Amino acid sequence: MELLDSFLPHGLATVIWIVLKIVLIVLPLMVLVAYYTLAERKVIGFMQVRIGPNRVGPNGLGQPIADALKLMFKEIILPTKANKVLFLIAPLLTLGPALAAWAVFPFDAELVLADVNAGLLYILALTSVGVYGVIIAGWASNSKYALLGAVRSAAQIVSYEIAMGFAIVGVLVAAGSLNLGDIVRAQDGSLFHWFWLPLFPLLVIYFISGVAETNRAPFDVAEGESEIVAGFHVEYSGMTFAVFFLGEYANMILISALTALMFLGGWLSPFQGTFLEPVFAWVPGLVWLFLKTAIFAFLFLWFRATFPRYRYDQIMRLGWKVFIPITIVWIMVVGLAVVLELPWWFD
Amino acid sequence: MTFELFLFYVFSAALLYAATMVITQRNSVHSALFLVLAFCCAAGVWLLAEAEFLAIVLILVYVGAVMVLFLFVVMMLDVDQASDRAGYMKYAPVGVLIAVVLAIELMLVVGPGNFGLDKFASPIPHAADYSNTKELGRVLYTVYMYPFELAAVILLVAIIAAIGLTLRKRPQTRYQDPAKQVQVKAADRVRIVKMATEKKWS
Repeated sequence: MELLDSFLPHGLATVIWIVLKIVLIVLPLMVLVAYYTLAERKVIGFMQVRIGPNRVGPNGLGQPIADALKLMFKEIILPTKANKVLFLIAPLLTLGPALAAWAVFPFDAELVLADVNAGLLYILALTSVGVYGVIIAGWASNSKYALLGAVRSAAQIVSYEIAMGFAIVGVLVAAGSLNLGDIVRAQDGSLFHWFWLPLFPLLVIYFISGVAETNRAPFDVAEGESEIVAGFHVEYSGMTFAVFFLGEYANMILISALTALMFLGGWLSPFQGTFLEPVFAWVPGLVWLFLKTAIFAFLFLWFRATFPRYRYDQIMRLGWKVFIPITIVWIMVVGLAVVLELPWWFD
Repeated sequence: MTFELFLFYVFSAALLYAATMVITQRNSVHSALFLVLAFCCAAGVWLLAEAEFLAIVLILVYVGAVMVLFLFVVMMLDVDQASDRAGYMKYAPVGVLIAVVLAIELMLVVGPGNFGLDKFASPIPHAADYSNTKELGRVLYTVYMYPFELAAVILLVAIIAAIGLTLRKRPQTRYQDPAKQVQVKAADRVRIVKMATEKKWS
């Protein structure tokens, strides 16, 4: 920063510094997304007693790179009667919010691009904007399967957003702040000070709603390859399809990381308050955050290999009649606990 | 010109452009999408006015939920655009008249004479630790408690009315009772018959 400031005008140096930070977040994220797809194929392979990809590089480690190259050099096909502009904007609208949400994400006590007061609200707003990619893609493709997928996804995402929002309200009542860093700091203490214990129902509901929001199995009716081919991205090929793919996986990682942040204490060490704390003091907070995120990222894959797809009316029933009432009741429980200053989370 | 002022003009210009496109586009899906763009620009302007909470909630509620449902409906409608424009010239004079009257009224109420730095001093920027969300919550639950509660009750009545209007039991609709489905035992559905192994047919 000082180096840049010395030979550039002040404003420009700040902009370049921020752009550098953004690159530092986005590049590792993209690598993570690429290897998450490999992890998915490997994990599901093992669960189904297969080997998974093992041809490119040692143990198939070059597979994501091969896939990326293949997708990049494939032809992009524009359907004749498609709305060209919207057809090409749609994948960007999926990827954009998934990346922009990381701007307020604290990776460590100090490591955050924008320390925003209303960070949690910002992330909730951006994840809800992500649905436009799916809807616009479905409509602009001018294909009935794509439109059906888009309509299914729109109804599903709007329904689960409510449960998700209420779960987040529970967290912010417990933490007393919308700032993501402060939410982690409120869980400081030990493994049992983290919010997973007092907010357990909200943890379960938040994560399941997150799975539904990202259109992953068992809630992937928007793709539903057995009945509507591949749903909203039926007409997409090559790089445009790859951008959808990137967006979906970036969103999965984001939901996993957020769950780890709000309920498992983010960058806090799990050995806090025990005799092991000094032993593991050298481990950076980023590593703990990564490990906690990996738990939920693995659950995404486990779900996909285990559960059959929900029927549409069951999805709606689960969202509206089960999740929303539970979250409302639990918000009242948390509110009461905060008012009574229940030890040891809320004193 | 400061950077904030530049941003303000960019957002305002985009907002006006998007709002004009909403009413001039032939395709209703395009109109709805331009309305989304208009909301986003308005949120940008609000952010510049240091109303972060309202700006983010505008995106969350209007862009993230209301407009999605809007698009949902608009995409499903097969609007016959030719018949929409059939009586255009016939109704144009009345429409223009109403528009002119409305424009004059608006000019009288929110005309340029009511604005300007002499009427409203430009707001003093808040410190970095100022939380718009906290401030809003404090005012909403103390000073404006009754209006807030009244609005909540009215919305609740609206929800009940909307559900009451659309909820009707049709005799031919078949419902599932998940409680009953869960209680079903294998014995209720499958009968296992014991029988001797049959000889191989030869």
